[in-house]
Parts: sequence; C-alpha cells; structure tokens
Amino acid sequence: MKITLDQVVKTFDTFRAVHGVSLEIESGELVALLGPSGSGKTTILRMVAGLEYADAGSIHFGDEDATNIPVRERGVGFVFQHYALFPHMTVGENVAFGMKVSKVRRSKDEIARRVEDLLRLVRLEGLGNRFPTQISGGQRQRVALARALAVDPKVLLLDEPFGALDANVRRDLRRWLREIHDELGITTLFVTHDQEEALDLADRVVILNEGRIVQQGTPEDVCRRPGSAFVMKFLGDTNRLAGTATGGIARVSGATVPAPGVGDGPVEILARPVDLGWATAGDGIPAQVARVIDQPQGRRILARIETGEAVELDVPADMQVAASDHGYVSILRGNVFPVS
Amino acid sequence: MAQHPAKPPRVGDKPAIRWTLIAFVVFFGSLLVLAPLLVIFTQAFALGIGHFAETIALPDTRHAIFLTVLTALIAVPLNTIFGIAAAWAITKFEFWGRRFLLIVIEIPFSISPVVAGVAYLFVYGLQGLFGPALQSAEIQILFALPGIVLASMFVTAPFVARELIPLMQAQGRDLEEAATSLGASGWRTFLTVTLPNIRWALLYGVVLCNARVMGEFGAVSVVSGKIRGQTNTLPLHIELLYHDYNTVGAFAAASILAVLALVTIVAKLALERRGAGRAGRPALASPTVAIQEKTS
Repeated sequence: MKITLDQVVKTFDTFRAVHGVSLEIESGELVALLGPSGSGKTTILRMVAGLEYADAGSIHFGDEDATNIPVRERGVGFVFQHYALFPHMTVGENVAFGMKVSKVRRSKDEIARRVEDLLRLVRLEGLGNRFPTQISGGQRQRVALARALAVDPKVLLLDEPFGALDANVRRDLRRWLREIHDELGITTLFVTHDQEEALDLADRVVILNEGRIVQQGTPEDVCRRPGSAFVMKFLGDTNRLAGTATGGIARVSGATVPAPGVGDGPVEILARPVDLGWATAGDGIPAQVARVIDQPQGRRILARIETGEAVELDVPADMQVAASDHGYVSILRGNVFPVS
Repeated sequence: MAQHPAKPPRVGDKPAIRWTLIAFVVFFGSLLVLAPLLVIFTQAFALGIGHFAETIALPDTRHAIFLTVLTALIAVPLNTIFGIAAAWAITKFEFWGRRFLLIVIEIPFSISPVVAGVAYLFVYGLQGLFGPALQSAEIQILFALPGIVLASMFVTAPFVARELIPLMQAQGRDLEEAATSLGASGWRTFLTVTLPNIRWALLYGVVLCNARVMGEFGAVSVVSGKIRGQTNTLPLHIELLYHDYNTVGAFAAASILAVLALVTIVAKLALERRGAGRAGRPALASPTVAIQEKTS
C-alpha cells in the first residue's frame, strides 16, 4: 500500500513539531525516518498510524484519504518503542489479541494456528506460554512485531524498533527484520535516531531536522551526496575546516578541495576521518598529533592544525605515529558548503 | 568467610540498631493498634457471650449495622466508578484544568469531615440553597439515607482515584494505544487491558474507601440527625450507647464495626492470594506499590 503525506503539519501547544512535510512511500518499500530527537520523526509516524491527527495536510493510503480515519480502523501495525506488550497476557495471548477483538470472526483453532505460524515467523516457537517479563528484550521486540503482523496490516510502522537493545542483538534483529520485510513485502516505515540502523536497513532514508525533511534518498545518495552540512554531520564523524572559495576551488592553509558550483567567499569544508590523509612531509595543513587511538580496523589520529582547530583522521594500522609528532594533513575528499 | 568474622556491618545494620528498631516498632505497634482492639473485644464479651448477643440483637443496634452496610453498598461502588473515571481522565487525556481537577479530588483529604457535613446542611437544609425546592418536591436528603450516603461519599471520594492515578501515570498510554491500534474498542481496551493492570491498586482503593465509609463519623453525625433506629449508623450508635452508660453495648457495637473492617481486609488478602497464585501470572502492580506511593 502506497502512503502519501501532503503538507502535513502538527503543533503541540505552541511548539510546531512538524512543518508541512510531504513524503511518498511506495508500496512494499522499507523507509527510515532519521533525525535527532525533537526532529518530529515520531510525530510523523504517529500521524501515519492515526495515534495523532494532523492539524493540516492530508495522509493517503493508496487512493484512500486516511487523514481522519481513527487508528482503530486504519489497518496499521504499530510496534512501540518499549513494545507495549500486555504484561498480564502470555506471548500467545498478546499475538492473538488483535484477532480476538477483530470484527472478522475467527474460530479458536484458526487463531491458535495463526499464532503458531506467526511465532514461527519471528522464531519464537514454543514460547507462547511465557509472559513478557519472562523473555529477553530481543524476544519481546519480536513478539511486538508478531502481534502487529497478526491483524494483516496494510502498513507496518515501527518506533525506534531497536532502541532499547544492546548492540549485538540490534545488528541481528536488523538483518532479520529486513528478511521478514522481503518475505512479506509489506510497506514499512520506521523511526530511528541511529544513522547506522537507517543506512543498514532501509531502501530509502528520509532525514529530518526541526520538523522538516532536509534530504531523502537511498543510503548511497545521502552518504555520497549529502545535501547540507547538517546531513553530513548527522550521518557520521565529520571534520569541519574553515576555508575560502575562489573560482570553484576551496582553500585551507596548504590544502585544496574542488568546490564546483560554490560561489566565492568563506566556506566550510567537511570531511570524514577516512577522507583525510597524514604525511610527515609534503603538501597539506601543518598539524601536531595530540593523541592516537588504536581501533580494530586501524588507527585514529587526534590532531590539532595550526589554526588551533581539532581534526580526527583514520590511518592504516601499520602507520608509525605517536603523540606530539608533527606532520601534514591532506584532504583526499571533502564536501564544501558556503558559510551562511 | 570464616577468616573474616569481623565483617564490617553495612550502614545501620549493627545488631544493636536492628533490634532496637524492631523492638521500638513492635512496642508502639502493639500499644497504639493492637491493645485498643484487644480491649474492645474483651470488654464486649466482659459480661459473657449471652449479653453480647443480646446487645447485638437490639433492634436499634441491628438497624445501625444494616444502615452502615447499606451506606457502604451504595457509596463504595459509586465512588469506585468515580475514582476510575477521574483517574482515567487525569492520566489519559490532556485538557485545560487537569491540575485543578487533581486538587479538587484531593480536597476531602484535607477538609475536616465536620466541615463537609455543615456544608451539606447549607446546601440541602431547609434554609439551604436547594432546601425549599427539595421540600416542595418532597425529597428528603438530610436526616435520611441520601444525606448519609452523600456525606460518606464526599469524605471518601479521593480514595480510589488517589490509588490509581500514580500507577496509571507510570503505566502511560502505550498499552491502550497498542490495543486500539490492534482494533479493540475503547470499552474492550478498558476491560481487557487497563483493568487487569490496575486491579490490585483498585482493590486497595476500594478496601480503604469501604473501611472509611463504614467508619465515617464526623460528616455523617451532622447530616444524619442521629435519630435512633432510623438514621444512626454504627459509629454514631456506638457513641450513643456510650453516652447512655451502656459500656458493654458500646464495646459490642464497636467490635462489630471492627469485625466489618477486618472482614474487608481479609477479603482483600484472600483475593490477592488467589490472583497471585494463578498459573504463575506475575502479580502486577502489587499493593506494595500502592502503599509505597501513598506514603510518599
């Protein structure tokens, strides 16, 4: 089911949480709403679910105007951040809840069979008689998903689905959610503040800031062609260097970066730690090493350039470098944005 | 462990402190709570069980017991419904004046019941606001059952709501939202999701409310008119017997009131045990939570 948001606005008291957001999610797509806290991503998700009503604008499911359809009749599966499993019901009863209260009458056997099928789908066979307090966080997450899927939702919505889990469980569940999505082909929208999660899981990432969409595209689009300094910084560790642009080239003492289409004047050059190089002689920005951090995949140098700005750069594991060494930082790749 | 017999005690964990504290609590608990109760029962049976039965069998005493139980049977369910509605409204909705409503619900806690009784006199009495209108419609509220029920309800209005609000606030709206998103109606959500999760706090609130309704003296004494055998509830009847120099009668009636209170507490304990023992279901929001929140 295709979801279309058109100029959706939401204000809480005097705080405008969502400013005229328009968004199209194609049928069967898996889309991430990514943004810092307070960016309005959860509010947008809750409006799509019908848990909040939009103050202005419209939300369509396919050709149907769903803007004013209450959550009960909207036919969405919603997975809450803290799962919201019914603590007084077993796992099986939780999954069966939606089928029991449904207007579509199902026999007891039919419900029991479907609960079994769903528990198998989320790999929780045999745990149907446990209570939510008796299973792990990752298992609760999967129960919440099975419960949401039990009502055959047109759209699946997940609010920070892996927020409360530890890193390893999170990575496994992410891959597994992707598999389930590919198997069922259900249109899925999820909210996260974790860029790695969004890039790992989604077909398309929608980046939000202060209630507005700042960029949307495939993970490749947003990573390789960030549309603004905000997107660049939000997606990962970023070095910011002040420079000047003249004739399509940005300069910062001793280093240059191509800046096609950027007008002359002060600019900021943003570069990832891997996009900076280190050399003991040659071209580049003179710098002194403050600290070296050793990581499994290489070494990270924390250095201070001559203007006093701190930079971080990733170098190969075998590079010989130590604190207080002098050297030169070169910019291998960088994105140049005019200073506003 | 054997090599370190002189393990340093944790803060406040020295045997001397521990036993002093326990002894102190047990001593004052017995002195303040258990001793008076024992006195009531021994005095009630001082002239033998026959005399006790005789006193209880007096029509006035029987009527007082009947009236007290009847008042509780009307006031407690009404206040339970009020309490659930108030707690629901305050914790699940956002609206203007929410905090004000919270304060209004708490007023009976801080106002002396006598003040409430006098206020009812001014509202429903002959010279009161609705007095003439009620009289011309031949509805008697004061010095009759409706007055007694109203006064009891005023005094006990906060009990259920006060137990539920902190719990429902802590639980948030997620469960209800989840149930609704799965297609449950509002009523169904309340019965199958909300109610099971607040049942122990609700039960505790109902028990407190019931005990207070049965024991209420001040407000009821103003509005009931204390007509012997007609509008005398058990607490009022106890006072009356005592003033009649019928000490044994007063203690006998008091013991009945105490038994009624004990029955409620035992019923609550029994219900709790049954609930907690059901197929390993976790005892959600056990009353200890409610007690802790009450003292805070």
